[in-house]
Amino acid sequence: MSIGVASDARGRRERRPLKQLFLIAFAVLLSGCAGVQSALDPAGTEAEAVATLFWVMVAGGTLIWIAVMGGFYYATRIKREPHSERAAGRLILWGGAVFPVVVLTLLLAYGLSLMPKLRPWTAVAEEPALRIEVTGEQFWWRVTYHRAGEDPVVAANEIRLPVGERVVFTLKSADVVHSFWIPSLGGKMDMIPGRDNTLTLEATRTGIYRSPCAEFCGSSHALMVFSTVVMEPDAFDDWLAREARPSPGAKADGLDAFLRNGCQACHAITGTEANGVIGPDLSHVGSRDTLGAGILQNEIDSYVALIRRPDVIKPGIRMPGFHGLPDEEIETIARYLKGLE
Amino acid sequence: MRLIPKEVESLWTLFTAPTIWAVHFLVCYVGAAVFCAKRNALGLDFITVRSGIGIVTVIALLAILGSGWLAWRQWGFGTHEPPHDEPSHHDRNRFQGFATLLLCALSFVAVIFTAMPAAIITECNP
Ligand code: HEC
Ligand SMILES: [Cu+2]
Repeated sequence: MSIGVASDARGRRERRPLKQLFLIAFAVLLSGCAGVQSALDPAGTEAEAVATLFWVMVAGGTLIWIAVMGGFYYATRIKREPHSERAAGRLILWGGAVFPVVVLTLLLAYGLSLMPKLRPWTAVAEEPALRIEVTGEQFWWRVTYHRAGEDPVVAANEIRLPVGERVVFTLKSADVVHSFWIPSLGGKMDMIPGRDNTLTLEATRTGIYRSPCAEFCGSSHALMVFSTVVMEPDAFDDWLAREARPSPGAKADGLDAFLRNGCQACHAITGTEANGVIGPDLSHVGSRDTLGAGILQNEIDSYVALIRRPDVIKPGIRMPGFHGLPDEEIETIARYLKGLE
Repeated sequence: MRLIPKEVESLWTLFTAPTIWAVHFLVCYVGAAVFCAKRNALGLDFITVRSGIGIVTVIALLAILGSGWLAWRQWGFGTHEPPHDEPSHHDRNRFQGFATLLLCALSFVAVIFTAMPAAIITECNP
């Protein structure tokens, strides 16, 4: 019996499993058309241009496919005798040379005409109102907000943007090549060690979007994600001002435990003496959408699990495990960190 | 003496147009890269690059047209249809002319495609 063919008691054959498989595959494909990580559900100017380009290509490809199949049908079913040499020559000239040249020229012109929108280099020339520096590190994202005339604000694993404003990104890497991609907002750009790449994006819809690292970068590449929170400009300004100040919970109980166990060698918390720069800044970690670069829910249990055995959660992670610490100590630290809002 | 010989018995004419295409490509890309790397020292506007690309493109296209005309002549101005597959001097010559003509057409389009970005790009990428 072949795969996907089931037969009932009377030996009647049904193709149900195969059909189900198709339905499931179709549903999986459809789920790519919307949601927090879809280039086909644009929430930014650049992503809109890319989505339009995609649909133009799909429509054009479909038309050409239909034409080729039609020609195939014509040649095999309708006119089943040799064509004259003249007709064949004409087909080669028009179908093989003129048509591709015209189509490619139009596509190239269309693609180039999108360039000013996708890579608005003039917008980058002057120092922009908001520039966000993002550095890819195995396996997390360092984020620094630069505003003209103000101190930079350091954060990690989450990017916040004001809706309707053009933001300039400076993309860097601390180790290997990573790739920065917010599918809902625009195209991707690589983060290359020793280079500063510039990208600009303009979000058009508020919401939370998801971004995986888009270039294989090591054992936990698939666990390197960040969220982008697009906010109303006023809310964004408030948020950034709060982010620049120490968290109200910075001096709470648990800071001692955090310092006692050497966490500050790698992590910084503004308003405390913790000022390590090897790992993510934890100043406001409790208020982030996710924990551990987009892979855990931001709740006490996740902190406990991460502090105890980070390598189990993320193979190759550059943070040592603290499973030697007593459970209460870990929980105290976890509660303290969750309180950093 | 004629400036252009009546018949060229060399395979080299076949590569004229692709060579022009390759040189034009390098001049455009290397030229723009050098300009952008040295723009502060040069003190020139990006329009220099765009008009430079425009000029070399016109020169390249004219050269390809010239090469194409010679190929057309070698092919006998289309009086003989392909295929030219007799083992004779005549057919060998016609075949080469036709192949050269096709390569000229390809290179002509390729040179235009190479130059098209200059119509859109107005500045060096930062
Ligand atoms: C040797 C340096 C180092 C030490 C010491 C260290 N960490 Fe980390 N930590 C890191 C690195 C690097 C990451 C980012 C890992 C990743 O996501 O790939 C990290 C991630 C984290 C995160 C997740 C941060 C986020 O942005 O989601 C938390 C929470 C954390 N560490 C807590 C602690 C605590 C608590 C201690 C002390 C008990 C500690 N770390 C000690 C290097 C360190
Ligand atoms: Cu990565």
